[in-house]
Order: sequence, then C-alpha cells, then structure tokens
Amino acid sequence: MASVIIPENEAVAVKLPTDWASPLMRGRVAARYRAERLFKLLGLAALSLAGLFLAFLLFTIVRDGWTGFKHTEVRISVSYDPALLGVDPAAATGPGGLEAIRRGDYIGLMQRAAAQLGPAANVVSDGAWLDLRQMVEANPAVLGTTQTVWVPVRSSIDLLAKGKFDLKEPEISRGVSNDDVASYNLLETRGLLKTSFNTIFTGAADSTDPELAGVWGAALGTFMTLLVTIALAFPVGVLAAIWLEEFAAKNRWTDLIEVSINNLAAVPSIIFGLLGLAVFLNFFNMPRSAPLVGGLTLALMTLPVVVITARVAIKSVPPSIRDAALGIGASPMQVVFQHVLPLAMPGIMTGTIIGMARALGETAPLLLIGMRAFVTDTPQGFASPATVLPVQVFLWSDDVQRGFIEKTSAAIIVLLVMLLLMNSAAIYLRNKFERRW
Amino acid sequence: MSLSLILVVVLALGAMAYWLGRSRGAAMVVAGGHRIGAVHSLPGYHGAWVALLALAPALVVLAGWAIVGEGVVTGQVLAAVPQDVRPVTPLDTSAFMNEVRGLAAGDIAAAFNPAAEAVAPQYRAIRGNYNLMVGALALALFAIGGLWAFSQVRPDFRARNRVERVVKWGLVLASVVAILTTFGIVMSLIFESIRFFQMVSPVEFLFGTKWSPQTAIRADQVGSSGAFGAVPLFWGTIFIGAIIAMIVAIPLGLMAAIYMTQYADARVRRVVKPMLELLAGVPTVVYGFFAALTVAPAVRNFAVSIGIADASAESALAAGLVMGIMIIPFVSSMADDALTAVPQAMRDGSLAMGATKSETVKKVLVPAALPGIVGGVLLAVSRAIGETMIVVMAAGLAANLTLNPFSSVTTVTAQIVALLTGDQEFDSPKTLSAFALGLVLFVITLLLNIYALAVVKKYREAYE
Amino acid sequence: MTDIPARQADGNSAPMAHNVPVAAGRAAEAVTTKMTARDVNVFYGAKQALKNVSIDVSRENVTAFIGPSGCGKSTFLRCFNRMNDTVDSAQVSGRIQLDGKDIYSPDMDVVQLRARVGMVFQKPNPFPKSIYENIAYGPRIHGLARAKPDLDIIVESSLRRAGLWDEAKDRLNESGTAMSGGQQQRLCIARAIAVDPEVILMDEPCSALDPIATAKIEELIDELRGKYAIVIVTHNMQQAARVSQKTAFFHLGSMVEYGDTSMIFTNPVQTRTKDYITGRYG
Repeated sequence: MASVIIPENEAVAVKLPTDWASPLMRGRVAARYRAERLFKLLGLAALSLAGLFLAFLLFTIVRDGWTGFKHTEVRISVSYDPALLGVDPAAATGPGGLEAIRRGDYIGLMQRAAAQLGPAANVVSDGAWLDLRQMVEANPAVLGTTQTVWVPVRSSIDLLAKGKFDLKEPEISRGVSNDDVASYNLLETRGLLKTSFNTIFTGAADSTDPELAGVWGAALGTFMTLLVTIALAFPVGVLAAIWLEEFAAKNRWTDLIEVSINNLAAVPSIIFGLLGLAVFLNFFNMPRSAPLVGGLTLALMTLPVVVITARVAIKSVPPSIRDAALGIGASPMQVVFQHVLPLAMPGIMTGTIIGMARALGETAPLLLIGMRAFVTDTPQGFASPATVLPVQVFLWSDDVQRGFIEKTSAAIIVLLVMLLLMNSAAIYLRNKFERRW
Repeated sequence: MSLSLILVVVLALGAMAYWLGRSRGAAMVVAGGHRIGAVHSLPGYHGAWVALLALAPALVVLAGWAIVGEGVVTGQVLAAVPQDVRPVTPLDTSAFMNEVRGLAAGDIAAAFNPAAEAVAPQYRAIRGNYNLMVGALALALFAIGGLWAFSQVRPDFRARNRVERVVKWGLVLASVVAILTTFGIVMSLIFESIRFFQMVSPVEFLFGTKWSPQTAIRADQVGSSGAFGAVPLFWGTIFIGAIIAMIVAIPLGLMAAIYMTQYADARVRRVVKPMLELLAGVPTVVYGFFAALTVAPAVRNFAVSIGIADASAESALAAGLVMGIMIIPFVSSMADDALTAVPQAMRDGSLAMGATKSETVKKVLVPAALPGIVGGVLLAVSRAIGETMIVVMAAGLAANLTLNPFSSVTTVTAQIVALLTGDQEFDSPKTLSAFALGLVLFVITLLLNIYALAVVKKYREAYE
Repeated sequence: MTDIPARQADGNSAPMAHNVPVAAGRAAEAVTTKMTARDVNVFYGAKQALKNVSIDVSRENVTAFIGPSGCGKSTFLRCFNRMNDTVDSAQVSGRIQLDGKDIYSPDMDVVQLRARVGMVFQKPNPFPKSIYENIAYGPRIHGLARAKPDLDIIVESSLRRAGLWDEAKDRLNESGTAMSGGQQQRLCIARAIAVDPEVILMDEPCSALDPIATAKIEELIDELRGKYAIVIVTHNMQQAARVSQKTAFFHLGSMVEYGDTSMIFTNPVQTRTKDYITGRYG
C-alpha cells in the first residue's frame, strides 16, 4: 500500500473490504473467542472458589463438631452406702434434706465405684460425682442400694471412642497416652462403654474439662444479651426513623443526625466495645461481664442498621395512604402510628432481624466489656456475669486441651444454626409480607 | 423494698391514672352527644395525658436512681469496709461488690471474702433506706402530676395535641441517641487518649517503631520502660487488611461480580446470591477459628516446605488470606452495584460494534464503573482494618515491622483486645494506649468511609 | 344547618373582592354560603402558585374548578382543608372561613377542620384494610360512635349514600384494595361521608377511572348535592358542565372567571375563558 500514492479523496474507495475469511482475520477472531472463554472461566472460577471455601469451612466445622453432640459414658455400679457417704437416710428425707444430701462425700463414692474398673479406673471424668449427687437429690431412696449408672468419661477416652486419634503415630505426637489407649481398649472389649446424646453439652455451662463443658450457659447469655439489645434498639431505632422520615424539617440538626447514623453504621465494632468500657463500665459503674451492658453496647451498634432499614420501609409506603388518612382528619401522629407504621412493619422487622443476626455473631466489643468471664453456671440475671456464644467459641478455641476443638466446632454449629434460623425468618417475612405499591 | 417493686407499683398506679382520665373523658363524650367538636379529644387521649403527667416525673426519679444509686450505695458500703481488706483495683471491687450483692439478695449462702460477709447486712440496710426515700419521692411526684392533669380534663381541653407533642419529643429524643452515641465515642476516645498522651508523647506514639507495652505493668514503673511506638501496629494493620486481604478479595470479588452480572443466568444468580450473603453472614469468630486451626498450620507447612524454616505458626498471610475471603462478598456486592449502574446503552454500543462480552467488560464496563468499584474497595479496606477476631486469633501479638508474609505481625485491633482483656489499672499507659489506638482506628475508618461514600455517590449521580 | 352563627351573616354580606371579575349572577336564590375565601395567595418557596383568589362555596351548588394543568386549581382546593400544611415549602396567606370562622386561625384544630371538610383524591386511595375498616376508621378517630352497632349503622349509611352498599354488603371484610377502580373511588367518597362532613373536596376524582365508573361517580355527586357543599376540581370540561352549578376558571394562578356554569360555558365574559373552553389551549 505504501508504494502506491493514492490521492486522499480516493483512499476510502480504494481500500479493500475486510476479508473475514482470510487466515489472519480468522485467527484473530478465534483468539478473541478464546480470550472470551478464558475470561468467563475466570469469573466462574472466582465464584466457585468462594463457594468452595464456604463448603470447605462448613465441612471442616461439621466434621470436627458433630461428634460434640455425642459423648461416651462408662457403666459402673455404685453402692450408695450411707455410712461411707456420710448422709443419714432419715435426715435426707426430712426437712432440710437437700442440705444433708449435699454434705455427702460423693467424690469418695465415685472413687470407690471407679476402682471396680481396675487399671482403667481413671477414665471416669473428674466431674462425674455430680451425677451421683444429682441421683440422690432426685430420689433419696437410692441411699443404701446399689445402682448401675452411666457416667461420662474423660475427654481423651471420649475422643478415642470417636476415633479422633491416629493410633499408628508414635505416642509423643498422637496426643493421647498409651495408658489411655490401653484403658479404652479394656473397657471397650468388656462392653462397658456406650455413646449417647451429650446432654452435658446442651445443658451445662463452661468448665475447665472439655467433657463437662456445655453451651447452654453461653446460649442463655446470648439470649439475655440480645433481649436487652432488641428491647432498646428496636423501639429507639423505629422512633428515630419515624422522626427523620415523617416529621424532621431539613436543617442542620437533622443533617447532623443523618450523618451520625450513616457513619455509625460503618464504625468498626471494636470501637463500640471501647465506648462500652469507657462509658458504661468506668463512668456509670455498671457491672462487668453482664448481659445488660453487653446488650446496651450491641444496641448502640445495631441502632443504625435498624434506623436505616426502617427509614427505607417507611419511605416505601405510598404518600396516597397518608393523604387519605389526613383527608379524613387523622392527625399526623395518627397517620403514622395507625397507617404508615403497620404497613412498614414487615420491612422494619426484616431489617431488625438482620441487625440482630449481626449482633448475635459479634465478639470483639463484648470481649472489651469483660463478657469473657469463665462462668460455670448459667447466668443468674441481667446484671450477673455471663458469656455469649461467639465469645465462648473464642475462649474454647484458645484452650490447649484437644477436647475443646470438638466443643468449639460444635458451639459454632449451634451459632450457625441460630443465625440460619434468624436469616430464614427474615427472608420468610420479606417474601410473605412484601407489598409492591 | 426493692426498686423493681416500686416500679411495679408506680406502673400499676399509672394504669389506674389512665383509666380514670379515660373514664372522665368518655363521660364527657356521652354528655356531648358524640358530635364532632363537642369534646376535643378522644377519651383515650385524656387518659394518656393524665397517666403521662403522673408517670413521667416518677419514672425520671426512679431511672435516675437506678443509674446513680448503685454507685452511691457502693461508695458508702466500701467506706464501711476496714482499710486493710478494702479492694483496690476496679476488678477486685467489682468482684467484691458482686459478692456483697449476692449475699444481700440471698443468691449465695456464703462469701469467699469474709469482709464481704461482714458488710452485706449494711449494704442491705443502706440500700433499703435509700429505696424507701426514692419510692416516697416518686409517689409524691406521681400524685401531684396526676391530680393536676386530672383537673385539666374538660371537653375543650386539647389532650390529643398535648399527648402528640410529648410523643413527638419522644421521637426527637430517639433520634438524638444517634448523636449521643457518636458524641460518646468521640469523647471517650479523645478523653482517654489525652490522658495517654500526657504520659507518652504523641510523636513517639505515631512515629516510634518499637511497641512493647507489656513492660509497664507496675504503677511505679509508669512510662519508664514501656515502648509505645505504634508504627509496627499500623504497618501490620495495613499489611494484613489493605494488602494481603485485598490481593485476595479484589480479583475474586470483582470477577465474581462480573460473572454474576454478565454471564450467569437468573437461575444461577438465585442460588449464588444467597450463598454469597451466607458467606458474608458467618460470624468473624468462626473465620478466626478456621484461620487459626486450619489455614495457619497449612501456611506454615507450606512455608517450611519452600525452605523458610523460621515461619511462624501465626502468620500475616494466614490472617490476611482468611480476611480476604471474608471480604469477597462485600467487594462483589459493591462491584455488582457499580456494574449494574452503568447504562445499558453503553454496553449495547460496544456489543453492537462486534465486541465480545469480555472485551465490553474490560474496555467499557469496568472503566465506566471504576469510580464505583474504587469506592467499594475503599469501604472494604475500612472494614478489613477494623476487623478484630481474625487477627486476634490468627495473626498473633508480636509487633514486627516486616515485609515477610510468613512472619507474625500484629494489628491495631488485636492490640486493643490484648491490652484491655485481663486485670489492669485503668490509668496505666498500657490500658490507655488502647484508647489512643482506638482513636486512630476511628479517625482512619471514618475518613475512608466519608471519602468512599462521596466517591460512590458522585458516581451514581453521574449516571442518573 | 339550622344553627348558623351570627358571624356567618357578616361573612355572607361581606363585599366580594373586586379584583376578580365575577360573572353577573342572576338574582340568587337562597343559598347558604358554607365557605368563603378572600385574597388567597399561595407560595411554594419563592414561586407564587395562587394569586389573590376569592370565592364563595355554598351547599346548594356543586362548584367546579377548571383550567389547564398547573393553573393552581388543585392548590386552591387543598387550601380549604389545609392539606397544604403537609407541604413544608407552602405558604398560604389570605382568609378562608368555614361558617364564618377563619380556618387558618391558631385556635382552629386542623384535625376537626378536616373532619368537617372531607376530601377525595385523584387516585383512589383506600387503606389496605377491609371495606368495613376503611369506613369505620374516621368515625373511630373522631369518637363518633358509642359502640359497634352505631359503627355498623354509620358504615351502612355511608356505603348507601355512596351507592356502594349493594356491591359491598356481602364483602365488608374483604380488602378495600381488591375492588375495582371505580368502586375504590366510591369507597373513598363513602369514607369521607362517614365522618359526616359539611364540605367535600374532590380533586379530579375521575381522572383515574374509565367512562362507566366516571358516570357513576358523577351521578353520585349529583345525588350528594344539597347534602354537602361540594367542590370539584376537574380537567374535563364536559364533566364540569354536567355536575356543577358554579364554575371557576383558573389560569396561571389567577381565577379568571367565576359564575354560573351555564353562563361560563355558553357565554363567558373573558376571552381567555372562551379560548380554553373552545379548546384553543390547555
């Protein structure tokens, strides 16, 4: 082309039409299609990777955790000898009997009973004597009789029964001693072990022994904390949304409130923990580790979420409804509380549940206000020390005892199931009541 | 007489006041023959007005006492404890008072601390006296307010307007909570930070490269040997949150969003979108556990296998990887919004020229959506640097100024948690430094958010 | 109304504002002036939407406001029950009286005003509640019923007056939003009637309806005449001619002409009115 001089105005006419069938063009198009396929594949790969990660996360947690809902028990026969136990059967049934029963030497009773197991006597959990005491408390008539009972075993025996150890490894690296393996094999061959649903895990609070630790205390703490949170965040958030959406005049104050709310929604959660520590604990002297303070802190964190979603829901109620009610002579308050709010409620509820789900999984701010208390009993009240599920997960994950890995994963399963339930409720509400105007 | 009992009594009386006001209002309506204008307000509003005027002062008194009361009583009780057994640290005091309260309420039979046992009766007596006084005051205010309001109930009295005005003020008050929270955050952070900077110079804090607050544990050592150079913390935060996590999250999140908006059909989107939401909804403590238990050992093994023998079990890489995965749904949803905001005409224009979809995406859509995507990424960064549990559980506490992703680094948030959990003096620089770190974190995330939201907003407006 | 206050006579005999050309009326038959407006100006921010409008509304006549879009007729209508209060930027000046009492005076309760001056909107806007609850809402908030039987009577009579009873009596518990558009609008009229208003304002009540539903509403308006003072804003000149006895023509925020409907449509004084009616613009 360069060799021929073409007058400028003829250039267009002379240029040959693109030859799409030429090998050059065909190769070019093919390359472009290859790039297209590669790009699409990359996108799919990115999505799949995210999905795979979720699947892998859930898989490892379920794999490690589902056995936490089962535990191993050993069968022993216990002779409740009133003399050795130190409980007078007559006193046990009379008034103040509970006190008399509680004074008994159950640890000794347990030791004597466990001795029957011979070399495997130490498999019984350190806390198993509590079961024996409970039995007497429930029925003082067992005093003087011999009963066959199933008591929990130590964590390492429990893990052996669940096959969590690789027995081919040398003793030093496999995490369980040869003695324990021998004890386990002995009991297993004699048929003294059974696996059953772990009522300790679902019914007890924290403990230093994995086999005696449960999530119920933390679950109750979570429930109480969230109760405080919703009792504050929901009404305050909805009222604030009503004011901003229906009554507030546009001025500097409302701007300030809007900006505050929008920014609060993006403040890292740990900052709310610092706020709770400085204001609630140190300034107002509120009790440490209490569900009340935890709930307050989480309420401040959840409030912006509730306000923002409630405003969207209120805004979506058409103005014609407001006009209609105003036109009959309803006051602006009546319009809002009798018409707008009921119609916006499903949307508000959905947003609130989502906010609560976030609060449910929140850990960091609660650590700062001391809700990492080691509480071996279920929380007594809103002002007494408690812990919550995510913090319990954190505490157990820090524990060096191997049995807690299983408990941590099991507690995560409980947490995730609760979250799933809340989110399903939100989705259900959204689908059932969502109204298109 | 317990406070809750007084509250129940007052509330019951309040219900009665409502009923009285309402009945009187109803009688007027009957007398007025149910005509519009005969009686201004519905009976319920008269009732509400009477109950409101009766209850409000009484409840204010009770609430005020509920807030300050415990402090007052605790002060008097502690003063009664002999000097030598009096608890000193806040944590001890709190434990001590818990026991006293438990004893006084009868929740626990015997106390661990004999001194607590000794003052428990005193606690009960002081508490009881004050409660009686406060209860009497509340009831007196109740009677005055209620009677005055009741005397106002007349046909032409605008009870509805009054009640609605009160409700309106309630709405305003609820909105002000947001400002108060912001104010509380800023004030508490600034106040404690000032106390910190009185002990440690801000220059050392912001530019020092040595961080070891743990040495300053005794009161007589204050400021003497602790080092508060926060640069390694800032670096660790940026390294994990803004570099490693973003290297994971930006390509994956962006590609996922592109696939979702451009290639996936509706059926796939219906399945994948909730899945991504689920990924976003997993609590961070779960990610942390996963990072510490599964990812960190894998990273370490990998490092050892490629010849880095001193690889730490708690590595920046493990924490950053998991944090990046946590952020993917966030980045992808922001990118999704930005891409869908690009006008259809632009896409059609490109496709009509014979461009393939991927060419359209790369040459037209992404450049057009870039401000929105950048804004979203900035928001994601702000979220990542504020994230706490993953770094607490997987990144460790060693303040290293290093570029090696296999070594352990620490972050601002991890240090805040480490500094504030456990037993310590509240006015030691070690504890107060957590608030200075919090202030830095708050300011940085705030600026990032404001800037990012402005970018996103401007971008949206450009296509509206 | 038998107990017309003495002040009303003053309101009646007050000289009409003369900045508005008033069509030379015939010797008026006895009319009860229900509402009077004098020198009403409305501003939205800096923009003046209504300029010095004065008018009298009586119970015996249906008054129609006509004019091209944006002429201020709806704005003016909304002054009569202070619905403009809900627009933040709206500023109303001038005097509007109901039975001789200034409705913008501080001691006028806007809620009672709106009960006495009901309104029907452009688009049917029933509450998303049952038909029964739609009607019963007004009487409830104003305390007009002693008990449930009273309420039942009010609901039935309101639906009867709105000509909806036969269609609605078997489905009182169904949602109001499930009805047809015309039925919904009659439900809204019934809802306005239920609080026993003295004036009913209708803001283009048929603009969202089909011709058959429109005819029914027009019939209804005719039946309600005399029982309530009715003011109707309409785009449709035929409709104004059919249902009204008095017509006011608005243009660019001013009331150009006001008089008997028959006069306005057959022999308008102003050329602008004539041009609009003959379809030159609008």
